[in-house]
Amino acid sequence: MTEFDVNGKRARFDDDPSTPLLWVLRDSLGLTGTKYGCGIARCGACTVHLDGTPIRACVTPVARVQGRSVTTIEGLSSDLSHPVQKAWLELQVPQCGYCHAGQMMTASALLAKIPNPSDTDIDDAMSGNLCRCGTYHRIRAAVHRAAELTRKGAKE
Amino acid sequence: MNLFVIALQITLSLNSFEAFQKAATVMRHPRCLNCHIPGDSPLFGASGDVHPMRVKRGPDGEGTPVMRCNTCHQETNSEVLHGPPGTKEWKLPPPKAKMAWVGLNDRQLCRAIIDTKTNGGMSHDKLTTHMETDTRVLWSWNPGPGREAPPMSHREFVGLIRTWIEKGAACAPSTK
Repeated sequence: MTEFDVNGKRARFDDDPSTPLLWVLRDSLGLTGTKYGCGIARCGACTVHLDGTPIRACVTPVARVQGRSVTTIEGLSSDLSHPVQKAWLELQVPQCGYCHAGQMMTASALLAKIPNPSDTDIDDAMSGNLCRCGTYHRIRAAVHRAAELTRKGAKE
Repeated sequence: MNLFVIALQITLSLNSFEAFQKAATVMRHPRCLNCHIPGDSPLFGASGDVHPMRVKRGPDGEGTPVMRCNTCHQETNSEVLHGPPGTKEWKLPPPKAKMAWVGLNDRQLCRAIIDTKTNGGMSHDKLTTHMETDTRVLWSWNPGPGREAPPMSHREFVGLIRTWIEKGAACAPSTK
């Protein structure tokens, strides 16, 4: 039995501990916001947080998250109030949208660790998240905007 | 006489630096060299291309604050072709002791490995233990699907390292 927290709630998985976390999230827990892209950690579509740090759920055996805390795109906020969600909507960042759950999870982890990131910080953090539509310029602008919204929110 | 005994006799007949030079063919193999780099971006695959995804060494050798080595690399190899390799403590040497080997000739490589200023402070005993038991060294002989192992067995490699050190850890040819 593997036990861990997902978005603040206790989850249990009673099957093969080598099962990729992605399939536990999607098929067992019904959290389908996290997407399957490449299956070999090359694209970043399946990015979630493990204790606040991004991981690729498609290659992470569920045994690795035993006793730890996982956050998925559903856990950023339930009312679109997270600064990354606000910025993504304001700048209409996605085109097809498939990669953006992963993009937003990496962006939110970046801002939690580096609240005012430079372009280099953004490139260093986000270069493992691919976007076939090529929305990179809007992603970078939205990360800066989310940082700005976070600073304004802190002042209010 | 079996092949292992023959290989052992050959290893024991070598002088110190000759043993090192044979062992160096392992240390120059991509399985080792791809992480023993002078820069901050690890190398990738058999060709030694720069690791894609803008992967960097970071302040502790384990990546940048958001893109850690273990964001993708697990404690075991992916069983899928082209999936990420992995073992315990998958990381680069830290920036304060890069242990960089790329581009060094035999003498330079030997000195870099034996000098405690450039080998992470390892004594001869610790160096031998590293080559013998470190999970990342052992991983080179279990690199996962699609990756080539170094050009000799791990047992043969350790025998050469032991011969090199026990016969004086020489970094130049014998003058005798």
